[in-house]
Amino acid sequence: MHEMAIAQSVLEIVLDECRVHGIATVDRIAVQVGALAAVVPEALRFCFQVVAQGTPAEKAVLDIETVPVVMRCPLCGELFEMEDRLDMCPQCGPVVSGLSLVSGREMTVMSIEGRGKDDGA
Amino acid sequence: MGEIKVPVVRNILEVNERLARENRRLFDEKKILVLNLMSSPGAGKTSVLERTAEALQGRYTMAVIEGDIQSSYDAERLQRKGVQAVQINTDGACHLDGNMIRTALENLDLDPVDVLVIENVGNLVCPAEFNLGEHEKVMILSVAEGDDKPLKYPLMFQISSVLLVNKTDLLPYVDCDLQAIHERARQLNPTQKIFDISCRTGEGLEAWTAWLEARIREHKGLP
Repeated sequence: MHEMAIAQSVLEIVLDECRVHGIATVDRIAVQVGALAAVVPEALRFCFQVVAQGTPAEKAVLDIETVPVVMRCPLCGELFEMEDRLDMCPQCGPVVSGLSLVSGREMTVMSIEGRGKDDGA
Repeated sequence: MGEIKVPVVRNILEVNERLARENRRLFDEKKILVLNLMSSPGAGKTSVLERTAEALQGRYTMAVIEGDIQSSYDAERLQRKGVQAVQINTDGACHLDGNMIRTALENLDLDPVDVLVIENVGNLVCPAEFNLGEHEKVMILSVAEGDDKPLKYPLMFQISSVLLVNKTDLLPYVDCDLQAIHERARQLNPTQKIFDISCRTGEGLEAWTAWLEARIREHKGLP
């Protein structure tokens, strides 16, 4: 449900980069979102379309890469990808002393592709 | 001119992070301890605040920023207890952000305040992503919600430094294993402080308010 706030923040970053790099039309925006961030890609795309209307990014494709949740087990040191329960190491079982989160909370604009003013649309 | 590809690598929530840091600077300047209180709807956030205000009365001054989608009902509940409270209505938004707090601060007299509690919108998902400038994230889980919640909302449990397990007076009537809540929460967050409380009977509240008072003193640099 917080996709609208996130879409608005993505747009602000994109428009800021457009000013800096002289981009008049944005074609593609690459975004990384951690699986723990509870962002629904379809909802984010929809919200972005809404907030980007009338801006150089209104036709941009939002390319969302979901970053898996990776944990490190404090007992065996193994890095493993979590899909379901965050309290289990595949080697050691439930880990009472806590797993540490290596990735999965990302929310990053990675890159923007577009065209300058002279290219036309 | 051909295509332009620009590497960006900027945190999407960078603006919120900056506002949260600015709020934090103000809180630290005034030596105010700030808690971000989060839970699902109906877990007892406002009841915890009412009981906490009663316990602190006469020794420490508490103020509250109430976040709700609609109504000023919660702020009025706390004002009746003599607590300085301002209401934020998010008009549909599911979480508070740094900017909303900055605006609300304009309507609070911070000078007499020792501890400011920001009562977030009832939701175990979205508020986890937005820092407000707080020193501690405190979450409430009521036993009626079930002992599986740490598994379903892991991020909220991971980021909260304090967990209040509320409504323990209901344990005989609900299928909830208190021990399982503790174990699952500890697995996600081994340093989390857990207090079992009942706002209805008052059981366990002393341990929570004793921790809070110690934390206020620590923050003010008092013995």
